[in-house]
Amino acid sequence: MGAYLQPDTLDEALGILAREPVTIAAGCTDLFAATESQSLNGTVLDVTRIEGLRRIAKDATGWRIGAASTWSDVIAADLPPAFDMLKQAAREVGSVQIQNAGTVAGNICNASPAADGVPPLLSLDAHVEIGAKGGPREVPLAEFLTAPRATVLMPGEMVTAIRIPDVSDKGESRFSKLGARKYLVISIVMVAARLHVQDGFVRDIALSVGACGPVATRLAALEEALRGTPLAGLPDRLQPDLIASALTPITDMRASDEYRREAAVHLLRRVLDDLTLMRSPV
Amino acid sequence: MKDAVDAKLIVNGVEAGVEIAPGRRLSQALREDLGLRGTKVGCDAGDCGACTVLIDGSPVCACLTPAAQAVGRDVRTVESFENGVLDNLQQSFLRHGAAQCGICTPGMLVAASALLTRKPVPTRTEVEDALGGVLCRCTGYAKIVTAVMEAGLAPEPVEAPMAGQAVGAAIERLDGVPKVAGREQFGADMIREGMLAVRAIRSPHESTGFTLGDIAAWAAERGVEVFTAADIPGENRFSVIPAFRDQPALAVSHARMRGEAIALVAGEPEVIEALNLVDFPVTWVPEVSLGDPDQAEVGDAPRMHEDREGNILIRGLVQRGDAEAALRSATHVAEFAMETGYVEHAYIEPEAGIAWMEDDVLVIRACTQAPVMDRDDTALVLGLPPERVRIIPAAAGGGFGSKLDLSLQPLIGLVTLKTGRPARMIYTRRESMSSTTKRHPARMRARAGIDAKGRIAGFEFDGQFNTGAYASWGPTVAVRVPVHASGPYFMGDYRARSRAVHTNGPVSGAFRGFGVPQAAILQETLFDDLAIKARIDRLQFRKLNALKDGEPTVCGQELSGVGIADCLESLTPHWDEALARAAVINAQKGRVRRGVGVASCWYGCGNTALPNPSTIRAGLRSDGTLWLHQGATDIGQGANTVIAQIFADALGVPVGRIGLIGGDTALTPDCGKTSASRQTFITGKAAQLAGAALRAQLLAMTNMGEGATLSLDEGRVCVTDGTRDTAIELANLQVQPDGYVISAEESYDPPTGALDENGQGAPYAVYGYGAQIAELDVDIELGTVKVVRMVAAHDLGRVINPMLAEGQIEGGIAQGLGLALMEEYIPGRTENLHDYLIPTFGDMPEIQSILIERPDPEGPFGAKGLGEHVLIPTAPAILNAIRHACGARLKRVPALPHRVLAAIREAGEIGG
Repeated sequence: MGAYLQPDTLDEALGILAREPVTIAAGCTDLFAATESQSLNGTVLDVTRIEGLRRIAKDATGWRIGAASTWSDVIAADLPPAFDMLKQAAREVGSVQIQNAGTVAGNICNASPAADGVPPLLSLDAHVEIGAKGGPREVPLAEFLTAPRATVLMPGEMVTAIRIPDVSDKGESRFSKLGARKYLVISIVMVAARLHVQDGFVRDIALSVGACGPVATRLAALEEALRGTPLAGLPDRLQPDLIASALTPITDMRASDEYRREAAVHLLRRVLDDLTLMRSPV
Repeated sequence: MKDAVDAKLIVNGVEAGVEIAPGRRLSQALREDLGLRGTKVGCDAGDCGACTVLIDGSPVCACLTPAAQAVGRDVRTVESFENGVLDNLQQSFLRHGAAQCGICTPGMLVAASALLTRKPVPTRTEVEDALGGVLCRCTGYAKIVTAVMEAGLAPEPVEAPMAGQAVGAAIERLDGVPKVAGREQFGADMIREGMLAVRAIRSPHESTGFTLGDIAAWAAERGVEVFTAADIPGENRFSVIPAFRDQPALAVSHARMRGEAIALVAGEPEVIEALNLVDFPVTWVPEVSLGDPDQAEVGDAPRMHEDREGNILIRGLVQRGDAEAALRSATHVAEFAMETGYVEHAYIEPEAGIAWMEDDVLVIRACTQAPVMDRDDTALVLGLPPERVRIIPAAAGGGFGSKLDLSLQPLIGLVTLKTGRPARMIYTRRESMSSTTKRHPARMRARAGIDAKGRIAGFEFDGQFNTGAYASWGPTVAVRVPVHASGPYFMGDYRARSRAVHTNGPVSGAFRGFGVPQAAILQETLFDDLAIKARIDRLQFRKLNALKDGEPTVCGQELSGVGIADCLESLTPHWDEALARAAVINAQKGRVRRGVGVASCWYGCGNTALPNPSTIRAGLRSDGTLWLHQGATDIGQGANTVIAQIFADALGVPVGRIGLIGGDTALTPDCGKTSASRQTFITGKAAQLAGAALRAQLLAMTNMGEGATLSLDEGRVCVTDGTRDTAIELANLQVQPDGYVISAEESYDPPTGALDENGQGAPYAVYGYGAQIAELDVDIELGTVKVVRMVAAHDLGRVINPMLAEGQIEGGIAQGLGLALMEEYIPGRTENLHDYLIPTFGDMPEIQSILIERPDPEGPFGAKGLGEHVLIPTAPAILNAIRHACGARLKRVPALPHRVLAAIREAGEIGG
C-alpha cells in the first residue's frame, strides 16, 4: 500500500502531482467499485480536504463547480433553471449514498460513455478547469472526453473545477434517463436539453445525448436547424436523421443500437414537449 | 499539508481504540478492525447499499469510503441503535415483518434513520427515494416501506395469541430481534482466535486445462499455504443428489466452468487480504467450450462427463392419453416457442463461513439451506465419517435455492482439517455470482388445443434445460417440469418431455420453482393464445379448465383440497375492475397503454416421488422451560416462527413459551432441506405430531382427557379440564440423558409413490395453488413496462402466519417481476449487481394478497406450501398483460425495452 495524501491546499496537491504518479481520489465511488481490494492501491491523492475545492458559486465570468463538489451539493445548490437538468441528473446518479460521495468532476474524469453528468454539462457548454504546477488550462468538456475511459488529462494534472460560462446559464432545461429499473441503474439512453426562448422564438438550444456512442455528444446540426425557429411546434421539428447521424450507439446486453437511436429521438421529443409546454401561455 | 497516517475513527460517538489505515474501505475497517459487524457487505461496489452508514448525518456506502474520509467526522452504524431497547423504527420493522433474512436490514435501518430525522412521517415516495439505494431480495420492499412510513406512529397494541390460537396469528418473527438489532450472525460475522483467511484461485475460462507451477516456492515467499485437489483426503466429487456426484471441490487438471475453484490459498488474515493472486503459478490451457446446449447436444460434441451420452444429464417424461390425436381433433390449436436465460439468485449475502475443530469434530458454521446434506457431502469429500462433521447453519442472508448446494464448506473444512486452525472464507460478489448455481436457461416449445367448448384437448410440451457444467439439481428440474407443465388444469391427453443438457456454462441448480416458473411462462401465455382464438375471457378460460377435486392430474393422481378454482374465483372482481380501467386508459390511444394479464400456478410440496422425512424433537426441562429442536433452516422465510406456531397449538401452550434450539446437526434432528416449499408442510407436520405426542404424555401422566388445558408454570405443568386441576412437578421426574424430564420426537415423511415410465403415479402428497393478476403500463414508443398493480390469490390450505405469508408473496412477486422484465445472467459480463439488475424499491407495484384456505387433508392443520408458488404466476401474468396492452408476444425474457418494442412492431397492431 502506498502513501495516502490529503493536502489542505491546491498548491500542495499540484506539487504532489508534479512529483510522483498518484491516483486522484474524491468520492471513490468509481475507484472502489473497480477493485475487489480492501484498500486503494498505490499512492493516493485525496482531494476532498483541499480548501475551497468543494464549492459551487458564480463569479464574473460564470459558474464554477469545484472539483470536490458532490452530486448532493449540486442538488442543494441555488442555481438558475438552466441547471435543472444537472440537478435532475444528480438525483439519478446511483442512489442517495452515491450522490452523497460521488463528485461531478469524478464523473467526467471516469469518462464512462454512460456518465449521467456529461449530457447536462455538455448542454451547459461546460469547460473543464485543469490545474498543474506549471499553470492552469481550460478545455471544453466535449474536448476533454476523448473515448470511453479516456480524457485529455495529462500526468501531473488534475481537474480543479467545471466552469459554466455566463452566456450558457440561460433558459430552462430538462434531463431524461432511460434505464431498465428505477434506482441504481446504468442508462440505456439519456438526453439533456436546454432551451432559451425569447419573444416566442428559440434564441438558443442545446441538446445532448448520452450512452449512444463512445462519449456523450451535442447535436450541433439539429441545434443549428432549430435556432431562430418559433417555439410553437418545436418538438415536431426534431429531425430524426440529424439525431441519428450524430450518434454511434452500440448493441450490448442493455439494448440494441437501433433501439438506442430510436429511443434518443423519443426522449428528446419528450423533454422538448415538456419545455415548450412549460413556456406556453395556459 | 497532511500525509494521512493511520488514524482513529469516532464511531457512534465513541473514539475507536484502533488506528485504521487511511486507504482502507470503511466497511472493512468497521467490521474487521473495530469488530462492528452490524454493517453488512454485499457487493463492495456501492450497488446494494447493505453497508450504508451515516457520516455527519448523510448516508454513504461504507464500502466506497476510504477510512481517511471518515476521520474526524461523526460515523453512525446500525450499532448506534443499540441502547438496550429497540427504537420505534426497529420495532416497526418487527411489527410489519420488514425483515426476512435480515441481511439488508442494517442498511435499510440506517438509510431510513437519516430520512426520519428530517421527516418523521414520510410519504411513500420519500421512503422509496431515501431507501432506493439499498437492495432487498426477500421482501419485495412493501413491508419495509410500510415499516418506515409508520415508524413514527404509535402502534396499535397487539395481544400475544393465547394457547391454541397461534396458528393463523400474524405474530412477529420469533427470531426477529437480532435481525433488527444488527446482531444477527451471518456467515461472514463470526471470527475465532487464530483463524486463517482463505481465498480461492478460480478458472477464468469456461473450459480449460491447467497446470500448476512451483506452488511451494510461491507460498513460502508469501508466508501462506496452498491447497489443491491433491490435498483432498476423501472423494473429490459431490452433488446434492448422490447418484449424480460429479462436481469436484477443487478441480483436477481441468475446469469445466468459469469460476471453478482449482486451489486454495490460506494464511494470516492481513496477509491474505493484501495478497495479489494474479501471479499465482498456474498455466491455463483454454479449450473449446460448449457454450450453447444446442451445440452440446449434437452427436459429435465432446462429452463433458464420460458417462453422459450427448451431454444429456437426464430426461423427463409425463404422458397420459394421446396428446397428438387430441390435438388433431381440437377446434383451436396454438403453438409457441419461448426462451429464458440464466437467472442469478442475487441474495445480498455472498457465501461465507468459518470452520474450526472441536476435539476431533470439524465444525462448520456457514450459510446453508441444507445442513445435513452439507454434513454428509463435506464428510465424503474430506474422508471423514459424518459424525465427525458438525454443521451449524449461520443466519442465511437469502438462499432461494442456491445455498442448498455446497459452496465453501469443503474448502474451509479442508484448510481447518489440514492446519488444525480455524479458517474463514468470504466470497466476493463476483466469486459468488460466477461460481454458484443459477436458474436453468430453458428453450421450450408447446402446442395446446381446445374443443368447441373451450376445454383443453391435447397439450404437448418439450423443454431443453441448460444444466451447465455439473449435475446439481438438473435431475430435479427435468423431473419436476413434465409433472407441472400442465399448470393446475385438467387435461386428459398430455405429453411433456424435458431434458437437462450439460454445457460449460454456470451450474444450473435450484432456484425457487425448479424449472416450473420457466414452463409456466410458456404454458400460461399459450393459454392466452387459445383464449384469444376462441374469444373466451382469459380468466374465464382458466376457470373453465381449472383442476377440481377428484379429477386426475397429468400424473393420474387424484387430489383433494384443490384450491385453484377458489383462487381464480377470488380474482374475478379485481379482474373486472382492472379490465375496466384498461379500457378507459386505452380509449385515449396515447403512448402509454394499459394491459391486464392473469396466470396460475400449482406446485407439489416436497421431493418428487422420493422420501423426504423431517423429524422434530421437543422437551421439558425440570425448570419448566420448553424447548423445540427446530432443524428446518430459516433462510428468512420464517420456518422458526411457523414451525413453532404449529407445535404450540398441537401441544396447547402459548407460542411465547417455546424456546428454539437449532439448527445444528449436533442438536437438531434432520428436518431435511429448506427447498421445494416443504418445511411448513413436512416439518410442520412433524412438529404437529411431536406437539401432540408431548401433549399425550402429559395428559396420560395426569389421567386427563383430550380436552384438558395445559399451562407451564415454573417447574411444573398444570393441567385442568375445568373440573379437576392437577400438576406435574417436573423436579420430581428423572432427568433423561438429553437433559429433559419429558420429551417427544416425531418424524413425518409424506406419502408419495414412484412414477412409472410414463410419469404416472403420486409424486407429491400435497400441492399448493395460486393465481395472480398483473396490471401494467407499456410505453409503446419506448417499449418500457411499468407494473402498477398485482393481485395475488394463493391457496395455503391453512394460513399459519398471514404476515409471513404476505411477505412470501411480495418477495416472490419481486423475483418474478425481475425474471419477466430485467434479470439475465451472462457469464463474464454480469458478475456484479450493477450489470445484473434486480428490482429496486421503485420497480415494485402495489401488491394485494388474497389468502385462500382450502384445507389439505394431509398438511398440518390443513396447511400447504407457499414459498415457490408465489413466484411462478408473476412472469407469465406480466407477459400476458404486456400482450393485452400492446399486442407484443414476447419470445424470450427478460422483456427488456428493446425486445418489447421489437415485439410490438412484429405484432403490427396495438391491441387493448
